[in-house]
Amino acid sequence: MSRIEKGRSYIGESVVRPQTARLLAGRGVFTDDVVLPRMLHVAFVRSPHAHARMLSIDSTEARTLPGVVAVVTGEEMAPVCSGWVGTLAHFQGMKSAMQRPLAVGKASWQGEPVAAVVAESRAIAEDGVSRVRVEWEPLPAVTDPETALDPSTPVIHPELGDNLAFKLELKSGDADAAFKSADAVLTETFTMGRHTGVTLEARAILADFDPSERRLTVYHSFQSPNMMQDILARHLGLPEQDVRVICKDVGGSFGIKVHIYPDEMATCTLSVMLGRPVKFTADRLESFVSDIHAREHRVKAELAVKRDGTILGMRVDDLSGIGPYSVYPRTSAVEGNQTIRLTPGVYRFRDYSARLSVVFQNKTPMCQYRAVGHPIAFAVMEAMVDRAARELNLDPVEVRRKNYVTAEMYPHTSQTGYFFERLSHEEALDKLLEISDYRALCAERDARRAHRVYRGLGLCAFIELTTPGPAFYGVGGARISSQDGCTIKLEPSGKLTCMTGVTEQGQGTDTMIAQVVASAVGVAMEDVRVLTGDTMVSPYGGGTWASRGAGIGGEAALQTGKAIRANILKVAAAILQCEPEDLDIRLGKIVDALTGEVRLDLAELGRVAYFRPDTLPKDFQSELTVTRHYVPRHQGFAFTNGIQLSHVEVDVETGFVRLLKHWCVEDCGRIINPRLVDEQIRGAIVQGIGAALYEHLVYDEQGQLLTGTMMDYLVPMAAEMPEIVVGHVETPTAYAEGGFKGAGEAGTAGAPGAVLNAVNDALAPFGARVTSQPITPEVVLKALGAL
Amino acid sequence: MKPVPFAYHRPASLDEALALMERYGADGRVLAGGQSLVPALNMRLAAPAALIDINRLPGLDGISLEPEGLVIGALARHEAVEASPLVARHAPLIAQAMPHVGHRAIRTRGTVGGTVALADPAAELPACLVALDAIVRVTGRGSRRDIPVQRFFRGIYTTDLAPGEIVTAVVALPIGPGWRSRFTELARRHGDYALVGLAAHCRVEGGVIREARLAFCGVGATPVRASRAEATLSGRRPDADVVAEAGRALDADLDPPGDVHASPALRRHLARVLLARAVAQIVT
Amino acid sequence: MDLAIQISLTVNGVAVSRRVEPRQSLVDFLRYGLELTGSHVGCEHGVCGACTVRVDGAIARGCLMLAVQCDGCRVETIEGVAGTGEVFDLQQAFAQENALQCGFCTPGMLLTAQDLLARKPAASAQEIREALSGNYCRCTGYHAIVEAVRKTAEARGRA
Repeated sequence: MSRIEKGRSYIGESVVRPQTARLLAGRGVFTDDVVLPRMLHVAFVRSPHAHARMLSIDSTEARTLPGVVAVVTGEEMAPVCSGWVGTLAHFQGMKSAMQRPLAVGKASWQGEPVAAVVAESRAIAEDGVSRVRVEWEPLPAVTDPETALDPSTPVIHPELGDNLAFKLELKSGDADAAFKSADAVLTETFTMGRHTGVTLEARAILADFDPSERRLTVYHSFQSPNMMQDILARHLGLPEQDVRVICKDVGGSFGIKVHIYPDEMATCTLSVMLGRPVKFTADRLESFVSDIHAREHRVKAELAVKRDGTILGMRVDDLSGIGPYSVYPRTSAVEGNQTIRLTPGVYRFRDYSARLSVVFQNKTPMCQYRAVGHPIAFAVMEAMVDRAARELNLDPVEVRRKNYVTAEMYPHTSQTGYFFERLSHEEALDKLLEISDYRALCAERDARRAHRVYRGLGLCAFIELTTPGPAFYGVGGARISSQDGCTIKLEPSGKLTCMTGVTEQGQGTDTMIAQVVASAVGVAMEDVRVLTGDTMVSPYGGGTWASRGAGIGGEAALQTGKAIRANILKVAAAILQCEPEDLDIRLGKIVDALTGEVRLDLAELGRVAYFRPDTLPKDFQSELTVTRHYVPRHQGFAFTNGIQLSHVEVDVETGFVRLLKHWCVEDCGRIINPRLVDEQIRGAIVQGIGAALYEHLVYDEQGQLLTGTMMDYLVPMAAEMPEIVVGHVETPTAYAEGGFKGAGEAGTAGAPGAVLNAVNDALAPFGARVTSQPITPEVVLKALGAL
Repeated sequence: MKPVPFAYHRPASLDEALALMERYGADGRVLAGGQSLVPALNMRLAAPAALIDINRLPGLDGISLEPEGLVIGALARHEAVEASPLVARHAPLIAQAMPHVGHRAIRTRGTVGGTVALADPAAELPACLVALDAIVRVTGRGSRRDIPVQRFFRGIYTTDLAPGEIVTAVVALPIGPGWRSRFTELARRHGDYALVGLAAHCRVEGGVIREARLAFCGVGATPVRASRAEATLSGRRPDADVVAEAGRALDADLDPPGDVHASPALRRHLARVLLARAVAQIVT
Repeated sequence: MDLAIQISLTVNGVAVSRRVEPRQSLVDFLRYGLELTGSHVGCEHGVCGACTVRVDGAIARGCLMLAVQCDGCRVETIEGVAGTGEVFDLQQAFAQENALQCGFCTPGMLLTAQDLLARKPAASAQEIREALSGNYCRCTGYHAIVEAVRKTAEARGRA
């Protein structure tokens, strides 16, 4: 970090994102904005049943509709695109069934694509869809995870033997012994509603196969272009170098756009089959039944505590329904796995046991969505801590403080084997209490209760798993890169072009990378242009997910910046006939390292290096395009931490919860751009609030989705959302020179727990509490005994 | 989500519109503000052969005070009703309800006639009209009827409109001396359809409710007049006991539906809360 | 059967004449007919606000109007208001506050905010929130958007 810490650096500055100018002018280019010659559009026939056998598909009428180019079934598509199974080798015993671009033989959820209609416009394709006749034989639907494993429940995939996708047991210490010695044992069952990401730009893909060269170019609203390139190449039987994936502007992702979707694979397959560009833009109705869902969990938790609030042990049983398939290639077992592994991690008690059951059901597939597993883990843990405090008549702040993994305990390995280099729970808590004036809020809450105004304060401490290394997916056999590259090229004008393997979906990745590069090289930020998301030009990488952009992409950019800086100085030294160590780069100029005197402009250096190398020593070769890669090797993840506080008022007559204000103190290591981090936190908090209060994918017993429009699925809107105050603690990681960790999911990790605890605090005078999300008026009034 | 193909007509006169309606019969749909019809078209829940766009029919968007009452033309947009000084003065109940209708970009298009003709039982305006005992003015080929609003709303999306008839205006008596209005609703998010809404219109004298007109939205197949609760309140000073009694009477007045947003029990409960709150606001 | 109809309108001040299918929404017409891709499609049932445009000066949902309805109308999109400089200060404030992340909601958000400020120049934070509550943003959590609009209102009030 020597370079960044001395002299001019952009690290830590709230630089305005340059690329917002384009988006603010309506000049963004999202996938649906791309139009190619001879482009066709596809719409899908989707199963109206949660579980049904297809007896026949009659597309005669659809095929004759003017403008319809092709109608393709699963059977016709199967020979062109091979199927896939969403399991990972390191999840022992995990199983799932073969999935294909279009279902063959039977459909396993309402909304599963079973046939494709390709036409000259989306409207005509939809006209075609309405003319495809499928003869269905409905089968009993498996919907309730609780009974999914009962012998009387039908098995969705008979070849698997049962409906169990994965199970896992974790044990640390002796939880049973801890419970025997406890002063109090608290038991609770939590129900977390199924919800989804609702990216405002729906999933979109435009596949352009050129049969003359057998090359496939794909424009994709996606988070991991190299992953898609690999998968398309393997499943369509194309050489990897002949598959190019381009991610232009991506209108929100949140983990929704990092999975393999049958309809997207089908679109690419159709382009191969037809030799023409084919576009698929999901409409909102199909988004709700085809985007991955998340978080349908039932968690039974037991906490053993001493009278003074010391936590002795915990037992957790998590049951999760994931739909009919484990989603490829990350699997749908990761959320439950992370839930039970993360739950106890903030606290120091050792005696912990946990059980996870992941079961199949006939609902839309579930998989990783922002803060995978975290919001469930910390809502459960922190609700249990608050309940312990309440039952023991202790201060919830002090109970946390008493049980935290404290500063002197690091490095620390959690009950479930997670390695924590250094976290800052106590510091974060202190800062939170200070910026929120917590004690005054408590006093105000107490005073208002006398006037029958019921306000509540809810804390939620959390850890966040960021910057995953190869142990996350690679060891399980998934070809998702955990390393990322960065390429920097000095242009003849002395400006820098930078290409990175991490991608941009609104986080400000390209701004963050430019800040790091400009700082590392010593140029002005506006002299760095960053390109992301094109497998043909970007160095190989994993993309942006699991809060890895800054921790991995940022470090790769730093190392590349340092390397090209060294190369630039070598050229400068050759021109100036001195030693590179005598020189420095400041604000785009080569200067004398000691005096700061300007010796050479970078544009002049570029001119000489590219156009007059004859003036340089004969054995000197300049290298002004440099690539470096980075993979986190020294720890499995760079964990971060923080704590949130929610302040709410519950209308005990209507059951409505009003959010008054929300605070978060978060520690993501060294901060590259505070404003970008703040906004990641804020946006993520509101997604967590959505889970806590509003968003719910409700199914009936036949597996029909009842909340499949934006009128019925309630996403948080501006009027109800609170002001959000963000504070920081900075604990850089020592394992990477930049010290950067991730920040993208912390808000979502802690917000639901904070809101849950705040509501329960408000309800405390009534001896009432809620344990299910979303916390609707119905839930609140039932807890109060008013319904 | 693209509609099925349909023909489009934009008649220049009411007569022309009525002729087109007759020509297409049940295969034609009248397009007014379109804020409910177009989503239904996009979702292919409605698949008419033709749309008859009445947006440019002359003279139907006025708001005026006439001898028979406050006349709001069918093509008056929600936004215009919201901004109208005449509505604020003579039908404050309607003025209070307007900001709850969707969002501004919806209110700039949505029309009074469209809302009334659609007869969505969750909509705010029909409940206001019911509380005000308003009249729906309709025109057919060679006919014109003034329909008392209570008779106009017949069921979910079902009205007294005969084939070939079109709503041209609603008429409400200007608010009289001693009358007070309160529109209140409970929606999960600002601008959403309410779980329950209440249009309350009462004559108050010295703290005593002389007459009460209470119309709820979101609790039945039509806007629902709570006649038993009205009777309980009428002629009485609404202290806590009286309001509680009226709340109990509501149970017999209302038979609310259940859906993903609220169970029947929740709607009943919220209706009682709204009643108590509206009464408190009306008498203070 | 050809149902298409000839329409003439002005879009961002430019006279436009096209044959359109009656079933084509205004926003699809703008995006695919005129290649004005700044207006976005988020839900096609009038909830998300991403397609918000101005028709004869009033904001409207581009997915809930048909292109044929706009015959003779004056339509303005993000490309128009950005091009004339009408929302320059709002754009600057959005950039400054990082009131956009993916930017997909942003055009509709800007048109809605501009409409509010034209009607209520001194709008409070809560009024801003209510005015924007028909425009869905999944990235920001709204806080920064409210700040950007509030600061623009303040600056315009001073000017």
